[in-house]
Formats: sequence, C-alpha cells, structure tokens
Amino acid sequence: MKKLFPILGVITAILLGYALYEALVVAPTEQTMGDVQRIFYYHVPSAWTAFILFFVNFVASVVYLAKRRPVADMVALVTAEVGVVFCTVVLVTGPIWARPVWGIWWTWDVRLTSTLVLWLIYVSYLFLRRFSSSGQTPLLASALAVLGALCVPFVYLSIRFFRTQHPQPVIGGGGSLDPRMLHVLLINWLAFSCFAFMVCWSRYRLEKLQREVDEAEAMASLMAPRGSVR
Amino acid sequence: MSASNEGSRMNGSGSSTPGGVTRVNLVKDLRLEWRSKDAINSMTFFSLLVVVVFSFSFDPTAEESRQIAGGLIWVAFLFAAVVALNQTWAREIRNQVLDAYRVSPAPANSLFLAKALGNFIFVAVLEALMTPLFVIFYRMRAIGPVWQLGLVAVLGTWALVVNGTFFSAISLRTRSREVMLPLLLFPISIPALLAMVQATTGILNGEQSRFWIVLLVTYDLVFTTGCLLLFETVLNAE
Repeated sequence: MKKLFPILGVITAILLGYALYEALVVAPTEQTMGDVQRIFYYHVPSAWTAFILFFVNFVASVVYLAKRRPVADMVALVTAEVGVVFCTVVLVTGPIWARPVWGIWWTWDVRLTSTLVLWLIYVSYLFLRRFSSSGQTPLLASALAVLGALCVPFVYLSIRFFRTQHPQPVIGGGGSLDPRMLHVLLINWLAFSCFAFMVCWSRYRLEKLQREVDEAEAMASLMAPRGSVR
Repeated sequence: MSASNEGSRMNGSGSSTPGGVTRVNLVKDLRLEWRSKDAINSMTFFSLLVVVVFSFSFDPTAEESRQIAGGLIWVAFLFAAVVALNQTWAREIRNQVLDAYRVSPAPANSLFLAKALGNFIFVAVLEALMTPLFVIFYRMRAIGPVWQLGLVAVLGTWALVVNGTFFSAISLRTRSREVMLPLLLFPISIPALLAMVQATTGILNGEQSRFWIVLLVTYDLVFTTGCLLLFETVLNAE
C-alpha cells in the first residue's frame, strides 16, 4: 500500500497539470463571460468533490455507529476535514467568479446558500471533534454527522422555496454546455478527485500514526514505575 | 436525596414504565424550576434585552415591523432558549445523577423526552410572557389567521428544543460547553428557523404559509426520530 502512494502522487500531479493546460488553453473561451469563465473548471469540480466527501463522511459515520470500527471513524474525520477545505474553495471561487459576471459578490440563491449552510454544519462537526473532552468523541461526532446529513434536504428545500417566493435575477440559466467544455470539466474533476483522495489518504495515515503514538504514550505511562510519570 | 425519595414514592404508581420514568423526570425538572426559577428568569430577562436592543437599533414603523417581527421574535427566542438548554444537563452532573441514570435500567429515551418536554414548557412559558411585549413594542397586528401563529409557535419551539436538548447532551462532553451548544445547534436549526420566520411573517402579512408549516411538521418528525434513535448512544458515551 505504501508503495502505491508515490505512484498516486505522480499520477495526480500529471493529471492536475494536464487539467490546468486543458482549462486555460484548450477549453474554448465563453462567448459572453470571456476568460473569467475558466474559473468554472475549478469551482464546479471542487463542489462535486466536496459533496462526495461529505457523503462519504455520512456513510462512514453510519458504519461507525453500527459497527464501532475505528477505521470508519478515521475515514469520517478525514473526509470531513478535506471536504471542508474543498467546500471553502467553492465558497471562495464562487464570489470571485460572480463579481465580474453578475456584478455582485454574493447572492442568497439556492445553491450558494445551501453550500454555505453545508459548510457551516461540517465546520461545527470539526469544532465538536476539536473541543470534545470525552473519550468517546467518535460516537458524539458520528451522531452529529448523521443529524447534519438529515438536515441537508431540509436546507435545500427551505431555501429553494424561500427564493422562489421572492424572485431573484435568474443566474446561470439553463443553457447547455459545449461538449469540449464538458470534456475539460470532467478531466478537471478527475484530477481534483485524485488530489482529494491523495490528501485524504495522507491525512488518514497521519491520524493513524497519531493514534498509535497516543496509545503508546498511554501504555508507557501506565507501565512506568510510580512517581516517574511525566 | 430528594430524588430517591421521589423514586420510592412514585414506584407504586407505575414509574417503572417508560412513560412513568418520563413523568417522574419531567415533574422533578418542573419542581426544580418552580423553586429556583433560574431558567425562566434568565431567559425572560435575556429576551427582554434583545427586544429593547433591536427596537433601538431598527426603530421600525408599524409597516416595517410587520416585515421584520417574525425574524426578531424567533431570533430572540432562539437565543433565550440556549440559556435554558445549557442548564438542562449541567444540573445532572452535580452529584453524578447522570452516571446513576446511566447504570440504572431506565430507558434513555424516557429521560430524553422528559428533558425535551421540560425545555418545551419553559420556552413556551417564555413565549407566552414575551409575545404581548412584542405586540406592544412593535405595534404588531396580524392580517392573516392568528390561530396559525400558535401552531407555528408549537412546531417551531419543539424543533428548537428537541435538537437543543440533544446537542446540549453532546456539548456536555466538551470543553467550554456553553459556547459549544450554539455552535452545534444553530447550523442544523437553519431550515427550521427559516420556516418559523417565514411562516410568522407570512401570517402577519396575510400571506399563504402552508408550505412552511408542512416543512416544520416534517422537520419535527425527522429530527425527533433521529434524536430518539441516537440519544442512547450519546448518553452512554463518556
């Protein structure tokens, strides 16, 4: 497994480089928005990656609640952390794109608001993991993750209705995507997914080592003769 | 000490059933609150402050206040509810009451329901006290059917307290637990809060708010079920 990691790293680097080239050079320039539209190739793949990671977090949390395997908990922790990072990328690239195109940094549109609320939920999840003083943090965290995931459809529905009641300028429109653009988008998504997977993997290894170190330290202090405990 | 007397006294009247356990716990919490009035006093004063501060900062006319009152009133109640929710489990830590509960064969969900119902009653009393003040300070007059406001209040309050009771049991196990509760509760409450605010504003302005009420009912059902399924795990996680 350890040998696979550098190979994955090289593949990811190549893919990211190729995707960058495709996005900046090969992809056709959008008619109305111009070059600014190219941020699309980072914005959308990041969003998809973040949503997938949050979904994995939900599944891992359910598995942990059912089976109590530490592996599931570590997967949940890692995917939430990396998911929040990708979600942050979405929330930052969004306004950068919106400002020149719509003339505003932010609008309380369905997707923007849902993504923001999703981000808030998972940040609170990370807060809980950080601040928990219990030895059973994984259980508490997975309970929160399950309730957080239950909340997602409500967030989407409520904000959707909220906005349809108060019409906003139509954003994006339902236009179809140029096949070449779709091609570049998918390549970028593949590259981003590989990258996310790599980061998750390395974070997972770090977490595993950290837990082993903690355990070894706890054992050492238990075995140490009285009075010599640090 | 008084709890054990209570227990032996209630044993004869079916307190060993899940419903009985809920009743005993609820009565105990209500009696504690009746004697100390900690939660209700601090909540009332807190939401009074919110009303006054908002009133100064916005200085609304009658027409404007009809537009913003739904938001103000629920934000005030949400903040005030956090005050009561923070105390709900903290008082059980003293004298290891929670540990005793954990080793007893009493079902965990009975305790959860008792706590949630207790908080519901506290927040409902608060709302009953504060609503007249809101009406006076913001010169409110509803155009739509007023009885629907009561429905929204019941559904909305339950949405807040059921999640709040659950998350305050989680935040009990964290450092700086008083800060942790709003951090956990607010993001998940956003859809419910939006529904309460929109339904209230809709009723005040005589608009249709059926969608929001249905949404609240669904939210209540889903999260009550979720909390009941997960509470035992949370209670036993130490």
